[in-house]
Amino acid sequence: MKRVVITGAGTINALGHSVPATLEAMREGVCGIGELEFRDVERLAIRIGGQVRGFEAEGRFNRQQMSLYDRFTQFTLTAAKEAIAQSGLEFHGELSAKSGVVLGTAGGGVSTWDENYRSVYEEGKNRVHPFVVPKLMNNAAASHVSMEHNLKGPSFTVSTACASSNHAMAQAFAMVRSGMAPVMVTGGSESMLCFGGVKAWEGLRVMSKDACRPFSANRNGMVQGEGAGIFVFEEYEHAKKRGAEILCEVSGFAMSSDASDIVMPSKQGAARAMAGALADAGIDPGKVGYINAHGTGTAANDKTECAAVADVFGRHADSLMISSTKSMHGHLIGGTGAVELLACIMALRDGVIAPTIGYEEPDPECALDVVPNVAREAKVEVALSNAFAFGGLNAVLALRRV
Amino acid sequence: MSISDRVIAIIADQAVLEPSDVSPDSTLEDLGIDSLGLVESIFAIEEEFDISIPFNANEPTQSDFDISNVAAIIAGIEKLVSEKA
Repeated sequence: MKRVVITGAGTINALGHSVPATLEAMREGVCGIGELEFRDVERLAIRIGGQVRGFEAEGRFNRQQMSLYDRFTQFTLTAAKEAIAQSGLEFHGELSAKSGVVLGTAGGGVSTWDENYRSVYEEGKNRVHPFVVPKLMNNAAASHVSMEHNLKGPSFTVSTACASSNHAMAQAFAMVRSGMAPVMVTGGSESMLCFGGVKAWEGLRVMSKDACRPFSANRNGMVQGEGAGIFVFEEYEHAKKRGAEILCEVSGFAMSSDASDIVMPSKQGAARAMAGALADAGIDPGKVGYINAHGTGTAANDKTECAAVADVFGRHADSLMISSTKSMHGHLIGGTGAVELLACIMALRDGVIAPTIGYEEPDPECALDVVPNVAREAKVEVALSNAFAFGGLNAVLALRRV
Repeated sequence: MSISDRVIAIIADQAVLEPSDVSPDSTLEDLGIDSLGLVESIFAIEEEFDISIPFNANEPTQSDFDISNVAAIIAGIEKLVSEKA
């Protein structure tokens, strides 16, 4: 089995349009959540979100590209460009033929669906743009990354709601570890912050109207975000031989299914995924210094996740740090695990633990060190990144400092 | 049909029971309605009466809307309907 390292990272989200800007905001505990701005927002009960601001497609993409790129694809291409540039890789010949793209998204081109439904239903138009289908399809982003960067190996899109990115990165990891691909571009993106996207979530009545406060006793729900996180996963010897900068090692993963409820999380399912990732990586649970929590800020997730951590780590649960950066960038749904992986990289490489902001009152059911409100310096050898999706599908990655 | 009968019909439908099996002092738990069933019932009641019920699934017991039993739900709906009129 090969070792797998990360040699490039890129992002765009409510905290910043690049990795350095995002990590700086995480260190400072900046809240990227604010008033939503889009058409018909006044008809929503939920009007806050982690929206990407100051991002204009014009200028980045030409007219033909714009007619093919939904916002989720625009985010993906922007983040992929940063990640691949950092890695220093150029894909030609055999490297190009074997390297691919595996990305996660829950909704794909949601705003393309939304705009075109509005046009035919509300405005009564009987004709839509010819590229509606290639623009909205869930694999559009992965395909455009493959075209832009000449990636001709295994490429596809994974869709497992809020765990999409983690499942995607798990697949990419497995491909590099097995020797099937020397390099995989992976991560995920989401852009559901449009009228129909938020209206659908509103119906479930789990959204907060004021803030995302994970683990805080007065939490009252989740807040949606948008954006992308993209990484270059590379075989260790391949990276070492060319003198690439290594951000951290991906050392294991596990996936589990609760097989119990379509929306309520399960402690056992979450615990099996965390314990499984550590077993896969051959890492003793006592070595874990930081967990990037799923931490949605809902009553159900946060207490279930904390109970699962207590089960897996026993007494060590009291000495590790666990934080939810969703308090800052919101819940990016299918893209969330990818943006949150950045907090794990910051912990391992820079020794800085991103805080859980908005933390106001301790909750006895979440009695762990959630790094409340202020970032902390700490040396961390191993980090976990959790994602637990609606539908009971869980995926956890284990990462190690190099 | 009175407001009470209409609310009971919706709750009975969600619980897969006859309306006669739903009494004012039944709790949702007694009727076998779980959190998903509750959110669906609230939605059906909002549609039936064209009202908006202040209910957050994250903290059902702390919402401004009392769901402790069927009578409390009916009283809450009657209040919202009268406020609308």
